[in-house]
Amino acid sequence: MARKYHVNAVINGDAVDFLCEPQQTLLDVLRDELELTGTKEGCSTGDCGACSIMVNGVLVCSCLMLGVEAQGATIDTVEGMAHGEDLHVLQRKFIEHVALQCGICTPGLLIASRNLLERNNNPTEEEVRLFLAGNLCRCTGYNNVVDAVMAAAKEIRGA
Amino acid sequence: MGKAPTPFGTALKYEKKNLKIVGGNPNMRSDAIDKVTGRARYAADINLPGQLIGKVLRSKHAHARLISIDTSAAEKLPGVKAVVTREDFPDMPILHAASGELMINFRDVTRGMMAREKVLYDGHPIAAVAATSESIAKAALKLIKVEYEVLPHVIDVEAAMKPDAPLLHENQITIGVQPPPTKPSNIAAVLTSKLGDIEEGFKKADVIIEREFRTQATHQGYIEPQASIANYTDGGVTEVWTATQGHFVMRSQIAKLLNMDVSKVKVTPTELGGGFGGKNNVYLEPLAVKLSQKARRPVKMVMTRDEVFRATGPTSGTHIKIKMGATKDGKLVAGHALLNYQAGCFPGSSLPLCAVTVFTRYDLENVLVIGNDVVCNRPKVAAYRAPGAPMVAFGVETVVDEIAEKLGIDPIEFRLKNAAKEGTQTHFGPKLGPIGYIETLKAAQAHRHMKAPLGPNQGRGIATAFWFTIGMETSATLNINEDGTASLIYGTVDVTGGGRAALSMIVAEELGVPHDRVRAVPSDTSSLGFNFMTAGSRGTAAGSMAAVKCARDAITRMIDVAAKKWNVKPDQVVWEDGHARPAGANVGDFKPLSVADIAREAAWYGGTIAGHAEINVVGQGPGFGTHICDVEVDPATGAVKVLRYTIVQDAGKAVYPEFVRGQWHGAAAQGIGMALNEEYIYNKEGRLTNPGFLDYRVPVASDLPKLNAEIVEVPNPLHPYGVRGVGEVPIIPPIAAIANAIYNATGVRIREQPMSPPRVLKALQGAVGKIAAE
Repeated sequence: MARKYHVNAVINGDAVDFLCEPQQTLLDVLRDELELTGTKEGCSTGDCGACSIMVNGVLVCSCLMLGVEAQGATIDTVEGMAHGEDLHVLQRKFIEHVALQCGICTPGLLIASRNLLERNNNPTEEEVRLFLAGNLCRCTGYNNVVDAVMAAAKEIRGA
Repeated sequence: MGKAPTPFGTALKYEKKNLKIVGGNPNMRSDAIDKVTGRARYAADINLPGQLIGKVLRSKHAHARLISIDTSAAEKLPGVKAVVTREDFPDMPILHAASGELMINFRDVTRGMMAREKVLYDGHPIAAVAATSESIAKAALKLIKVEYEVLPHVIDVEAAMKPDAPLLHENQITIGVQPPPTKPSNIAAVLTSKLGDIEEGFKKADVIIEREFRTQATHQGYIEPQASIANYTDGGVTEVWTATQGHFVMRSQIAKLLNMDVSKVKVTPTELGGGFGGKNNVYLEPLAVKLSQKARRPVKMVMTRDEVFRATGPTSGTHIKIKMGATKDGKLVAGHALLNYQAGCFPGSSLPLCAVTVFTRYDLENVLVIGNDVVCNRPKVAAYRAPGAPMVAFGVETVVDEIAEKLGIDPIEFRLKNAAKEGTQTHFGPKLGPIGYIETLKAAQAHRHMKAPLGPNQGRGIATAFWFTIGMETSATLNINEDGTASLIYGTVDVTGGGRAALSMIVAEELGVPHDRVRAVPSDTSSLGFNFMTAGSRGTAAGSMAAVKCARDAITRMIDVAAKKWNVKPDQVVWEDGHARPAGANVGDFKPLSVADIAREAAWYGGTIAGHAEINVVGQGPGFGTHICDVEVDPATGAVKVLRYTIVQDAGKAVYPEFVRGQWHGAAAQGIGMALNEEYIYNKEGRLTNPGFLDYRVPVASDLPKLNAEIVEVPNPLHPYGVRGVGEVPIIPPIAAIANAIYNATGVRIREQPMSPPRVLKALQGAVGKIAAE
């Protein structure tokens, strides 16, 4: 059996440590070792975006990063988006606009959308579509996803 | 489609009434919060104490005889707890069963989940291993020695039909030909569908167009790979959690394949991460159960994306010829089709559905369809949203467009002239009841989209569609809880997330209580009678028939409680606005009883209140739709950009309209992907070369425009709310609508799908070459 490495990180504000094999991806670690199963695996090759998370403020596909690379990192996943019962504005707008159906791509889309709105709270529809081009959704045709992100941006701007 | 509708089935007549909840948009769906917070549990999110990880060894050969499989080294690897191969599963006789819209044969299902005599495609399972970690399971797969005798393979449908083609099944004699052929072939069955006299029909025609079309296999492309977890415990009791569209059908297939009692198998459907027909079939489930049985520990199996593409159900690639004739005043008089469908490595494509519906949108008196169900060295096809229909529509709607143009008639006017309506004889059997096809054409004609200006290299196309809604076995229970809330236990897997909202809305409407007083709760297989799977657009259409019956049954029970309390007869009590009330002033002056009042006293008056339905739903209304598409073609690259897209469809009654529109957007997006990019590409060795989302390119957000969805409502007369199935029709028209739009933009007809840049460029250059030569 492969030797395991001890890794420390901060995930959704909590200090955590875990053991992982050197070939385990950060996605495997989140899901299998830490049971943070909100982050989804759709392809394991960085093509679908279902495993999108934030690592030190950068949007990444967690399937393309090794668990051991997370040493000392600050990580944010979908589980950290809501505060208690208060959903993040994007979570509310996704529900209001029926921007999710089966929901498997939703955590990744939410993380990516939040990153977009942190960079630009007044995007055009085209900018939203280009930014989310790395997140595949097979149920919605993206229509209502784009509407939800535009509505969330509007609320954030207080417009 | 499965079996034919039973004469003993249940249909409740349409009741026109004022609705308070149905037809509105609820401000909260019961599945939504868990999905946005990451707490929804999909199959791959479930872990059991002591679980092992299972992995599958798959063939890299397209076609080979399995001489030997040596698992001894793998079994000795520390951490490996069980290995299974063909030796661990009983052989099965020929035994057909319905599984979604396609029929299955257990002889083939057992060979599909684990190869026996031969491997028949790249990705065919040969062995499975359960180990204490994924890395050990993967290492064990590498230790399994397989001796193959590699055989010549055949991938494409036309090549597979040739007399000298390599044979997949050496004893397969074509069914449906008289006299039966003396030699085996890859043509498993020939199907015909006839109406009137095709030759007489063409004699009446002033214009005849005959064209040939080719389409490639595509995949459902659900984002959640197949995942299953099984726990076999002593005494043979087995629990399975799996990503499925039909847990009861999975249960019966697992029991059959492993020779177990149905009563000992419990299947719990998890939240489903997309299916679209691709999760109608067993793949991992029997392997996980068998590994768990051998290892005496729970076994979890999750496919990789590579496995999903290589070994789970793509749709049929096809070769289609369509010939249609019309009189000069624009009346279609004859339709002839030849459909050659890839079935994959075992017989059973969607041809039985497609062959009988090729021309169903049109009032056409003379029809002849001949279809060939052809095996080839690919994974067995699975259903994919109106399985097989988009390819037929590509052919028919392109030919109809050509005829209309030749006659100088507007394409929508031409379709209106020939539109199927109530009373039209179909070539699948019955005459059509009240349908909304004409209404969708008229709504499309009047839509603002039709007036949008088109620039250079831009064009507009339209195309239309028909598809069935199926009924089948549907069971549900409505429990009136002690606090007066109601829980609907339903058995039709909610494949989209909108289904459970729609069912709870309908129950709330029936009971006369606010929507938030009713919760629809998914069942496992031990909590209800048998339910057929969510396929054939039946989820809400059939599920709600059972929900209405449950609610009415519970109301009868609640009236009974009121009658006992008031010491009157049940027929002296009525149910109105969520309360039991005296039927008239002469009954007595009793204070109306709410659901909560009755629930509180139910025990004293006889016991807990529940409503039941265990029915076979019939009377399902078919769906029709019309799509409008604008494209821009880049003459330098052949790239096609969809500029505007409008979906018009008859929903019968949209229970949850925003969700219905959302489903239509998604189906149209899948159709657009199919039209422009998606295709299975095999190399010379018969290996799939694009088993990943990078090379099998599904539409991304920036590929698509805003999608308009317009709901038309012509009630289904055999549903209490007029509901029709809505999920499948909108994937049918996009290939044809885009092909017609490309023609409108460029003057070039493309008859191959996908219309990817290289194909479009080649077609454009061909046309340029022709003009230059002339």
